[in-house]
Amino acid sequence: MSKGVAITGMGIISAIGDNVAENYNALIEGRKGISRISKIDTVHKDAIMVGEIEASNQELVNQLGLPSENNYCRTAMLGAIAAKQSIADAKISDIKKYKTGLISATSVGGMDMTEKYFYEYLEDKELQKYIEGHHAGDSTQKIAEQLGIEQSLVTTISTACSSAANSIMFGARLIKSGKLDRVVVGGTDCLSKFTINGFKTLMILSDTYNTPFDENRKGLNLGEAAAFLVLESDAVVKAENKKVLAYVKGYGNANDAYHQTASSENGDGATLAMEKALKVGGLQPKDIDYINAHGTATGNNDLSEGRAIIRVFGEDLPEFSSTKAYTGHTLAAAGAIEAVYAVLALQNNVIYPNLNFKTQMKEFDITPQTVLKEKELDTVLSNSLGFGGNCSTVIFSKQA
Amino acid sequence: MKKVYIRGVGSISSQKTLDNKEFLDEITGYNDTVISVVNPVYKDYIPPAAARRMAKGVKMGVVASKVALEDAGLENVDAIITGTGMGCVVDSEKFVSAIIDNNEEFLTPTSFIQSTHNTVGGQIALGLGCKGYNFTYVHASNSFESAMLDAKMQLEFDEASSILIGGVDELGAHTVKIHRLIDHIKPVEVSPANLLDSGTKGAVFSEGANFFVLGNAKKENTYAELVAVETFNDLPEENLLEAVKKFLIDNNVLIEDIDVLIQGNNGDVVYDRYYNSLSQGIFSKTQQIYYKHLCGEFNTASSFGVWLGAKILKTQQVPDIVALNDVKTSKLETILLYNQYRGENHSFTLLRKC
Repeated sequence: MSKGVAITGMGIISAIGDNVAENYNALIEGRKGISRISKIDTVHKDAIMVGEIEASNQELVNQLGLPSENNYCRTAMLGAIAAKQSIADAKISDIKKYKTGLISATSVGGMDMTEKYFYEYLEDKELQKYIEGHHAGDSTQKIAEQLGIEQSLVTTISTACSSAANSIMFGARLIKSGKLDRVVVGGTDCLSKFTINGFKTLMILSDTYNTPFDENRKGLNLGEAAAFLVLESDAVVKAENKKVLAYVKGYGNANDAYHQTASSENGDGATLAMEKALKVGGLQPKDIDYINAHGTATGNNDLSEGRAIIRVFGEDLPEFSSTKAYTGHTLAAAGAIEAVYAVLALQNNVIYPNLNFKTQMKEFDITPQTVLKEKELDTVLSNSLGFGGNCSTVIFSKQA
Repeated sequence: MKKVYIRGVGSISSQKTLDNKEFLDEITGYNDTVISVVNPVYKDYIPPAAARRMAKGVKMGVVASKVALEDAGLENVDAIITGTGMGCVVDSEKFVSAIIDNNEEFLTPTSFIQSTHNTVGGQIALGLGCKGYNFTYVHASNSFESAMLDAKMQLEFDEASSILIGGVDELGAHTVKIHRLIDHIKPVEVSPANLLDSGTKGAVFSEGANFFVLGNAKKENTYAELVAVETFNDLPEENLLEAVKKFLIDNNVLIEDIDVLIQGNNGDVVYDRYYNSLSQGIFSKTQQIYYKHLCGEFNTASSFGVWLGAKILKTQQVPDIVALNDVKTSKLETILLYNQYRGENHSFTLLRKC
């Protein structure tokens, strides 16, 4: 049994940078990665904006040194790049030295290839290699292979937009229970016509830069990203004299049980998730120094989440902001992206601005942090809320 | 640490398995390469208006979970954990083809929403009003085992006292069509009796939903103790023996203690060798059972294996139809399950009579 769950490495690739340092610089410089879409030929290209990663698939193949006959979807490649960074950051040279698992999260999986070759599969034998890469677990299997994780616990979580928060949560529990000594946790999702059109039919895509917690918010920008964190037990940290970046202190998952896609008006699920996470962490609301909100900039999410935050924190509300205006909503990866941002906030004692905010929401008085703020931080609470009523909270801390 | 028990089951499969009073009393035969489930009368469980809007995977999950809860004598649970390889794949296919066929126009959100992997888990929670922990694992043939492992950990540490878990997958026409192209589906029809001797590549594709109520208190109607579950992303054949031995040692069980071995053979001439190496090796003198000739192959087919093991331990009977060898054990107390799909995502599960 390990009491603490240490984070000893991180990796990330997103619309605001190809690694941890680039992401951090963009965050503190207020540089967003939202643009018109260039890599997917969609009829909606002039009606939406996205958080797109610059590298083409071929560039990602080259970066990973994959053979030309590979059948990696973009989700798998982004995930492999971020996961490899996290291993390097944790200075792990022998992955087999400790019992190491991998928990990844994805919602899209290999859908990017499926939607491209859906009918072509029937005609073109060359393309059929991608058929096996469609299901969500395939991207995770490939990431495990890239990391050299063999004969171990490897699995995939898909709970829509809360997926990666849940992979962190499950990983933390595996460390605490002693099932694993070390686990790589995170999530990966690429942009696809599937999600673009899906969110379009739900009428929650903004035609301009997304504006979390703003009265006049028009919806979300989709993004693509991958991020992974290395979690290690107290014993490994001690034996290897590891530098600990931060700890996973608390976590909670609850279901809104209200509607298949919409959040309840008062954020019941989100409230429960935050309360559970505080309880697991042995913390009071006043102990939280910064809330990295889910804040997708949809009408429904920001109202529901804001009300849940008020229910949990009342008058003791710490600064809060959403970083979705930087990266777009990266769906199953979001919880991991924002976990990296939370750890960076702790390491650097900064609170990121909630970009694009102009007008106070009329339903409540809470206002996001809109300029970069330096503040001594000991704990950061991160929310991830998704379809199917899935609500997750993870709390990161400097101390175990 | 508390012990974990299977307290209720609900199974929708290609056999008549939903009525918990029966146990494979009547076998549904086939001569095919793709088989679907014996559909329950959905309106007996779900209001027709609601059922019409539901994907088949959702309907199967909702009904199987209702039956499992009733079997356990519970109205609700502390958590719901679902495993599914592909989710509601029919809706995924519908949405992708609509995007292509209509050039991204005239789309409606229903199939997009249902295609989200956690739709089944979300809908079950919605139906029960269960605000507890709700996870969905989507890791091919270890989707269900991941759900089982997660639930087991929570119950052992008493973080929950009852958890609904399940494995669910539905057939999709396009998915079947393209998997034929890559030899994942058998090229010629087989019947249950000759599945293992088919001598061909691929499996008989299928679908199903097997749900279970797990709890950490032993009750009168308890089926079995879930002793252990362990998963492996890969496992070379030459390391299989060592892995199973280690699994048994870790759980303080001797090879001789295993009364029945339940294996996931699907008749694939390439990949059944994993199963053969156990059945012809250290377990050659153990009573052996298989089940995919009854339920077919799908990402969560191993949940049918757990259903079978739980039923055997509770009823203390082994239906003749599942026999893989002629060995008959003198007692039915400890069951080992082994599953893998196409050489990946292997799992061992250990069940014990209570």
